[in-house]
Amino acid sequence: MSLEQIPVKKARPNDYTSNEHPVWCPGCGHFFILRALTKALAWLNISKQDIGLVSGIGCSSRLPAYLDVYGFHGIHGRALALASGLKLARPDLTVIAAGGDGDGYSIGGNHFIHACRRNMDITYIVMDNEVYGMTKGQPSPTTDPEWHSKLAPNGTGLSSFNPMGIALASGASFIARGFSGDPNGLTKILTEAIQHQGFSLVEIKSPCVTFRPEQKDWHKSMRLMNVTPFANPMEAAQAIYGSDGFDTGIYYQADSPVYRSEASSKKNGTASEQMDIIEKALLV
Amino acid sequence: MANSLLETDQHRLALSISGSGGTGAVTVGLILLDAVAKAGFYGNMTRAFGPQIRGGESAVMLHFSDQPIETLAEFSELHLALDWVKFDRFEDEIPLTSSSLVIYDNSREKPPGLVKESGATLIGLDLQAIVKTLKGSRLNMVALGVVAQQIGLASHFIEAALQKTLGRKGPEVVTTSMAAVSAGMTLLTDTPLPGLADWHPTQTPRWNISGNEACGLGALRGGLKFAAAYPITPATDIVEYLAKPLAQTGGNLLIAEDELAAMNMVIGASFGGVPSMTSTSGPGLSLMTEAMGLAVAAEIPALVVTVMRGGPSTGIPTKSEQSDLNQALYALHGDAPHLVIAPLNIQESATVSQWSLRLSEALQTLVILVTDQHLGQTRMIMNPVEALDLNLQRSQPSAANEETSYQRYQLTETAISPMSIPGMTALQYTADGLTHSESGLPSSRAEDHAQQLHKRADKLSQFEYGDRWACTIPTAKAKFTIITWGSSFEAVKEAVETLNRQGAAISLIGLRLIMPLRTETLIELTQQQKVLVIEQNDSAQLYHYLLSQKAIPIDSDALAEPGPLLFKPTDLMPRIQTWMEGQL
Ligand SMILES: Cc1ncc(C[n+]2csc(CCOP(=O)(O)OP(=O)(O)O)c2C)c(N)n1
Ligand code: SF4
Ligand SMILES: [Mg+2]
Repeated sequence: MSLEQIPVKKARPNDYTSNEHPVWCPGCGHFFILRALTKALAWLNISKQDIGLVSGIGCSSRLPAYLDVYGFHGIHGRALALASGLKLARPDLTVIAAGGDGDGYSIGGNHFIHACRRNMDITYIVMDNEVYGMTKGQPSPTTDPEWHSKLAPNGTGLSSFNPMGIALASGASFIARGFSGDPNGLTKILTEAIQHQGFSLVEIKSPCVTFRPEQKDWHKSMRLMNVTPFANPMEAAQAIYGSDGFDTGIYYQADSPVYRSEASSKKNGTASEQMDIIEKALLV
Repeated sequence: MANSLLETDQHRLALSISGSGGTGAVTVGLILLDAVAKAGFYGNMTRAFGPQIRGGESAVMLHFSDQPIETLAEFSELHLALDWVKFDRFEDEIPLTSSSLVIYDNSREKPPGLVKESGATLIGLDLQAIVKTLKGSRLNMVALGVVAQQIGLASHFIEAALQKTLGRKGPEVVTTSMAAVSAGMTLLTDTPLPGLADWHPTQTPRWNISGNEACGLGALRGGLKFAAAYPITPATDIVEYLAKPLAQTGGNLLIAEDELAAMNMVIGASFGGVPSMTSTSGPGLSLMTEAMGLAVAAEIPALVVTVMRGGPSTGIPTKSEQSDLNQALYALHGDAPHLVIAPLNIQESATVSQWSLRLSEALQTLVILVTDQHLGQTRMIMNPVEALDLNLQRSQPSAANEETSYQRYQLTETAISPMSIPGMTALQYTADGLTHSESGLPSSRAEDHAQQLHKRADKLSQFEYGDRWACTIPTAKAKFTIITWGSSFEAVKEAVETLNRQGAAISLIGLRLIMPLRTETLIELTQQQKVLVIEQNDSAQLYHYLLSQKAIPIDSDALAEPGPLLFKPTDLMPRIQTWMEGQL
């Protein structure tokens, strides 16, 4: 029997969930992202032990414990750095980073830029509710300028940050916007993103029903999977900047150089033979 | 001669070289060091720079011997000034006395007042005139010839060293340089210095290595497969050294966007199952502290090498100080037990870093290896150091079984839990910085919190570290014990040995494992003793730490002084003597 003939047991989404019940508020958009992610993983039939799911801190960043994969719930803003170390050391793994808009675009902003620039084969899921949910409702970089909160009673007055624009400018090779209220579209985007070779940003609008109850109406305005992907950054930029934020789908997918582990390519002889060479070089 | 106050039976020779940017003072130093090594001797070389990034004045100090030598010279016996531009900057580093010989190029500036005031013998030579007669030659190579002649170093050793340093630039460069060296060797045949003439060369192979390189080498021997770092003086040379060997041995290096990233990258790689490290200095360590706490809480092996410089803030970034001990001990938030280890000299940097990396793996925790600018950037000619044979492995779970689910943070007798690695079937877990239960799932229960805190402390305190925790040099009938650490050790050791030869009875302890402290052993060693703690910082950080652990008697004293100038044995001796007299 050749390898191809061995019947592969097709995974189901529930195979990827852990027994832990999410701490999220009932109705939180993050639930639907969890579901879509398990569907995408099942669709791709990736072995659970070959997945590394890394997050930071926030409601969204609780995600890893809810999947039965190798997870890492790290510290606020640093998921992409941790994921980059993991991917470089273990190129065989499917590495996914996840977190919120605060985690990824504010405290982790620098890592976001440099992860895009490296274009390592990592999928980055941002569960964007335009608010710091976990710390109970402060404005984030994607919050609209007029939104009133305790911390900014008259709104921030700051125009919101354009994550997809920044990802494009920084060198990410796959850029998409999804909506947690569109599980099918989101599953499709996540499937494509994980399959894509290179850094994939999946920016997902995900309502915070507790601190941004008005976001429950997002489903009325979101346009589902109406975007067509470009491979040309100029055209993608036009589409990204031309959108009012309610369009969904893949904006950009390009075949750009991927930063990969050099571990296997440069080796000549065994590591211990190499160590001998390294030590000999020190001699007077 | 001040250098012989120490009454050692080894031959020693101290040289220094200075010059403004572009004169090639450092090149002369590197070639001399290598040539003297090729002649069969030992030595070390330290550097001092002006504040310019590039092209500023620089100086090197060389200390040669026919036996292994780590201490710096007390004063310069022969100083070569390629020019005198901003020489006053090096007044501290290059002590000149009436027994110094100073050679300079007299076609340029006159020697500054401070050089004349030192009483040194001044010899001005028209080096520029020679350069003009030899096409393509450089003044520093002529000067190198003068120095070689003065110290009795045969020209074929210089040629071999030139070949190694300049060979890449082509054979003509070596030939032209050698012509200049030979011309220089004929300029001043009168040699008042004893030089290398009656030294006994050794035939044993030796290394030409810096402490930072040794530190990297030790980690490689420990199985290092991943490094991530952001450049910072004086630590950058570690990762610069590692870049090639890591690629050769199947490892990876990531240039991080900042230290926050570097530390998290290390945690990610280590979570992936490969021994990992980063290197930095005080300011970078500050940025790493939050993630270091994560490594402790999630029990991820990680080695952080911090090469101390003068602080706080940007301080004196190019010079040495031992003032980041408190940072290494206490910078983490929460109760975050971890290891703090320091090598006592350059010679042992490789073994101590190998040990540190293996301890991080075996104990699944953060190890901070503390060195400093002097230990890191001094270049040494020393005997090769054998790799340690350590059996310190990361414990891994056996294959999953159906009945019991894998508990990542399971309590065990050693308090070390088997750690699964991505790819292992049915042993998935989520590493978490949140307080968790044995299973790894988040928990805010008081019971789980205390249990896991104690587990993480116990695994470090119960571990058997062996006798590598310190270098103890007991002296019979000693009433006095001196405790020191890191780059202060060699100078203190030399002072203590000399005083003991003169009739004193002082025991010496050089601490390597600073946290967790071997408190009981220290109490045993010091309870009947008068104790003096010597360290290079202003606030006596080690002294206060030892007192806080009740590891030394309450009436112990400190001799603490800030950097950047290292302790010198001859300065220490009278101060130790005064202290001893005060105890009687
Ligand atoms: C260093 C640090 N600073 C601040 C915090 C507090 N904090 C926790 S979560 C969070 C914001 C999370 O917002 P976001 O990433 O958008 O996730 P959400 O909760 O909205 O899903 C903040 C500020 C922290 N945990 N660590
Ligand atoms: S606070 Fe908002 S983001 Fe957090 S779980 Fe509740 S609804 Fe979701
Ligand atoms: Mg948010």
